[in-house]
Amino acid sequence: MSDTDGDVLVRAVGLVKSYGGEPVVKGIDFEVRRGECLGFLGPNGAGKTTTINMICCFVSVGGGELEVFGRPVEGHAREIKRRLGVVSQDNNLDPDLTVIKNLLVYGRYFGIPRERRLERAEELLEFVQLDEKRDSHIRQLSGGMRRRLTLARALISTPELLILDEPSTGLDPQARHVVWQKLRALNRAGVTMLLTTHYMEEAAQLCDRVLIMDEGRIIARGTPEGLIDEHIGAEVLELYPSDPAHAGALALLEGAADHVERAGDEVFGFFRQGERARELLPALAEHHVVHRRATLEDVFLRLTGRELRE
Amino acid sequence: MTVATARAAGAFRVWLRNYESWKDFAVASLVGTVAEPLLYFAAIGFGLGRFVEDIQGQPYVAFLAPGLVAATAMNAAAFETTFGSFTRMTEQRTYEAIVMTPISVGEVVAGDILWAASKSLLGGGVILLIMLPLGLIEGPLALAVLPLTFAVGIMFGALGMAYTAIAPSYTFFNYFFTLVIGVMFLFSGVFFPLEGLPGWVGWAAWLLPLTHAVILMRGLTSGALAPSMWIDLAWLVAFTLLVFWLAVRLIRRRLIR
Repeated sequence: MSDTDGDVLVRAVGLVKSYGGEPVVKGIDFEVRRGECLGFLGPNGAGKTTTINMICCFVSVGGGELEVFGRPVEGHAREIKRRLGVVSQDNNLDPDLTVIKNLLVYGRYFGIPRERRLERAEELLEFVQLDEKRDSHIRQLSGGMRRRLTLARALISTPELLILDEPSTGLDPQARHVVWQKLRALNRAGVTMLLTTHYMEEAAQLCDRVLIMDEGRIIARGTPEGLIDEHIGAEVLELYPSDPAHAGALALLEGAADHVERAGDEVFGFFRQGERARELLPALAEHHVVHRRATLEDVFLRLTGRELRE
Repeated sequence: MTVATARAAGAFRVWLRNYESWKDFAVASLVGTVAEPLLYFAAIGFGLGRFVEDIQGQPYVAFLAPGLVAATAMNAAAFETTFGSFTRMTEQRTYEAIVMTPISVGEVVAGDILWAASKSLLGGGVILLIMLPLGLIEGPLALAVLPLTFAVGIMFGALGMAYTAIAPSYTFFNYFFTLVIGVMFLFSGVFFPLEGLPGWVGWAAWLLPLTHAVILMRGLTSGALAPSMWIDLAWLVAFTLLVFWLAVRLIRRRLIR
């Protein structure tokens, strides 16, 4: 089926996985198309990491079909892994080696000739802005530097598909934005990307399409804008009714919004037409109100609920 | 590239990774690999040996030295694939990073075991080198000690790796080093001959892999080879194949879910 459709790099049909009888991926279908950035969104335990680990041949397929580069993963691991770049969730850089050696030794695992590895490692150190750290040891690097080095390491083999498991988790805002810049640059240069995240802003910034996963199933899919439009609307008013007169404000909001949601001491009013939210603002001026555009986070919380996932 | 050459290349690349991380700290590592067996050699061979009569027509130090080569090979390899490999597998997550590349779990395990055997060769080789000027070697047959040392390293490297695969934490290596490696070190005929002891001791020792390695080493350095040594060799080959297979299987089970 790959011959007829070379633009689909990953195809899953009815993909299933259980750990010790406990199902974690419960029959999902998706495709990753050449050149796109696809995001897997979901709370902890949704099955995102398990899904990408099956693509990386690190977790065995429990059932259904999974093809990567047009080949079933079972029995084609070496071939598939040669064409993949993987940035895993936690730091697994080699602490026994320096920064440059991390790239060179990793490149050798792919059988890249020495000259080519050296050249590529230099390019990548520059790309991730670590050329001055080339002889440092891993423990001397900050979290952001480590993540950038992990990204450079995944790129040493010039992969056709880059897989990123929560690429900016645990980074400070500056470091996160640098990682995003690098990923956008790569995607523009034609690298196909598949990433998991629970940062909605990350998905909105990077992804052409997102799949929202919850409890092992894909519960929504589309472009970030399309999903916001479909599930939420345009704008949101957040009301924090701490004063005694809030009953009136609440009634106003409930009368005007297309949908109202309460969570703890917050009330959210969702508006399909932005003007209707803005018209309401003067009447709520005395209250603690936040007016903002609808985001992917609203979609996410609407679809996966607000209770804690631990 | 055939599957076999791809596998060999993969294992060698893992070996090279270990070599590159080792060479920066080679001196510290050599203390454990080389200096420790030499201290045993000096203290037991020459110190204690002065009070021991000839064994099987050999001075005690000539009796001890080949046994110590085998024991050194065992210790160096077992240490590497337990503490070394366990650290790479768990804390450092190096195995996980490597198996995301075209390299398979089997190649990672093989590469680590071959690396462990290389350390055995280094430690055992140094003892052999010292035996030469001391006149403790009878003839060129002793050169075969080197490949045998490497093979013994593979065997104990694989044994250590199989244990590593089931060890929940570092503390559990105490069992392995005291009850397995320690017992073999003391009761496999390295320090005293097993002949003349009660029959059941001989049989118990026959079950220990190091016993067969010691018999072969001694045969090669003394030149007194016997046909029964083919059995010892077969024993070692069979045990090595078994533990190697087990090590790959168990590590894969632990790593890939």
